[in-house]
Amino acid sequence: MTREEVLNKYGKSKDNLLYILHDIQDSNPRHYLTEEDLKEVAKWLELPYSYVHGVATFYSMFSLKPRGKYIIRVCESPTCHLMGASNIIIELVKSLGVGIGETTKDEIFTLELTSCIGVCGVAPAMMINSEVYGNLTSEKIAQIIDEKRRESK
Amino acid sequence: MPKRLDILVCSGAACISNDSTTIKNKLQAVLKENNLEEEVAIVETGCMGPCELGPVMLVYPDGVFYIRLKEKDIEEIVKEHVIKGRPVKRLQWTTPEARKIVEERKQIPFFEKQMKIVLSNCGKIDPENIEEYIAVGGYEALAKVLTTMTPEQVIEEMINSGLRGRGGAGFPTGLKWKATRDADGDEKYIVCNGDEGDPGAFMDRAILEGDPHTVIEGMAIAAYAVGAKQGYVYVRAEYPLAVKRLDKAIQQARKYGVLGKNIFETGFDFDIDIRIGAGAFVCGEETALIASIEGKRGQPRPKPPFPAQKGLWGKPTVINNVETFANVRHIILNGSKWFASIGTEKSKGTKVFALSGKVENTGLVEVPMGISIKDLVFEIGGGIPGGKEFKAVQVGGPSGGCVPAEYMDTPIDYESLKKLGTIMGSGGVIVLDEDTCMVNLAKFFLDFTQEESCGQCVPCRIGLKHLFDILDRITKGQGRMEDLETLEKLGEEIRRTSLCGLGQSAPNPVLSTLRYFKDEYIEHIKDKKCRAGVCQFETVKEKETIEEKLKGII
Repeated sequence: MTREEVLNKYGKSKDNLLYILHDIQDSNPRHYLTEEDLKEVAKWLELPYSYVHGVATFYSMFSLKPRGKYIIRVCESPTCHLMGASNIIIELVKSLGVGIGETTKDEIFTLELTSCIGVCGVAPAMMINSEVYGNLTSEKIAQIIDEKRRESK
Repeated sequence: MPKRLDILVCSGAACISNDSTTIKNKLQAVLKENNLEEEVAIVETGCMGPCELGPVMLVYPDGVFYIRLKEKDIEEIVKEHVIKGRPVKRLQWTTPEARKIVEERKQIPFFEKQMKIVLSNCGKIDPENIEEYIAVGGYEALAKVLTTMTPEQVIEEMINSGLRGRGGAGFPTGLKWKATRDADGDEKYIVCNGDEGDPGAFMDRAILEGDPHTVIEGMAIAAYAVGAKQGYVYVRAEYPLAVKRLDKAIQQARKYGVLGKNIFETGFDFDIDIRIGAGAFVCGEETALIASIEGKRGQPRPKPPFPAQKGLWGKPTVINNVETFANVRHIILNGSKWFASIGTEKSKGTKVFALSGKVENTGLVEVPMGISIKDLVFEIGGGIPGGKEFKAVQVGGPSGGCVPAEYMDTPIDYESLKKLGTIMGSGGVIVLDEDTCMVNLAKFFLDFTQEESCGQCVPCRIGLKHLFDILDRITKGQGRMEDLETLEKLGEEIRRTSLCGLGQSAPNPVLSTLRYFKDEYIEHIKDKKCRAGVCQFETVKEKETIEEKLKGII
């Protein structure tokens, strides 16, 4: 969907702001919102730019900088923490060669942390875009990353 | 045509994360190869509960429960069980103590001790098929209230049932509805809080994914009782599967005429829209959630006025959590007396708990209010793995506190937990063993809440940061004895002066661990010792966050 299509889909109602931002971000192959996006949305909803910018930066899922094709979100909730999430994070940092909040050079992966994703029964867990992966181990991580790398080629 | 066998494949998020989709596809393929499609039905259900055993599968009418399935097991199950009628023992659930093979699901202690009301359909019906919901009595309660009860009678019934909000504070649901009904104004709203942000709680996700119609029906009944025509379900963006299933359910409900105009030809109109969050814990607070639905930053505002007077777009609004709405139809169908007969004097009905952490059986369990912590952890949870010692449970997430092992006979209800310095919260129960450092745990929660503070009020924004810094120092062996007093004083002050529930409850993890595990704090400060072996006492000059630590690796 182009930005114009998203705006037309939701109309001018201000309460659709979050939906609009989600859809524009999801339509961007780099999963982020550009400054121009925010300006156009503000104009469309007749809101100040500062308001739209304020909303976009309040919520952790919106990004104002380009991200990779796959966004890896490692759950850092207490249950995952107890079950060894920090090792998982270290494993990912090593195998991707990026820090938290950073994107790999090939623009395939972005590594982020997230609050609880609600699969505490299979902790430690993570999400890649909207897919959930649980009971993570070093081997499982390596396998998943390999698979995603192959898929993206 | 009825089938010879129903194979229920759990497709809750936890099982999907363990590849249940591959299992289902394989099963479909193998059944097809053997020309069994006509005889055997595959039903994709919501969460069955024992998440750590996933992917799980239940075969009816035999009642055989298969666990930890791999793709290669499917062939054997079809050949042996489906064709020859011999269940594959190797793949069935065995109890951890005796490794005794159990044949029937009801004989497994994990299920035996439970009482499923809210979760009665989860794991049993296909959540994407409204007809399965109707077949188990779905929308009967809505028909009953619309055709035989006045709104006042519905509210009366809810008040008599004693149902209290399952989202945290435990406010009586019937009174909330009454206040909204009595509030001035023609335009009123129903909001379902599905922003389940408490780490360690995942029952709302399971209900939305496993039985979305039950929430829709509860909301419609509430709408009739208070006089609302429009409802919103606010779901976290972290739960895409819940959003998808709920969306499908709403569309089906509209098609079947249980949402929309003139429902059951009674002249009652009601419709529901979904709103999606974007990652902000504070949006679980009701006034922040309302702001977020309106397309604003999710910042709370002072109460009163309560949402029942001034809620969404300034109109009277009922806002209840997912599990609360899921109770409604059962109360209407079975009566308030029945509901009030379950649980304790002041905490009625059942509660769904999400067991996680250092416990054998993790997952969702539903039990009558008033069950003891011991029963929950040892009988249902199967105890602590690896022969470790049970130390405490953490109840209520970052707003709650720890209950140490010596209080394990305490009944779990709103009042008893409050007395111990914690709260029911949304029902997340994290089990801790001897390897858990309580100071580190408190620090961990504070790290979370200070990060999630919306920044509006000073006690929360600055106070929590201070609490965190002090705890951080203590876990690095740089604590001072006077820190303990500061923690207590500051915690109390933040609790008293914060604007919303987030700040008011955020010091709980510190205050409760200080109350029960002060000796561990003192050990950290005086002896530079962490008995759980979690804290590293190297001399670190500045605060080192996990990010910074990780940057060093690259």
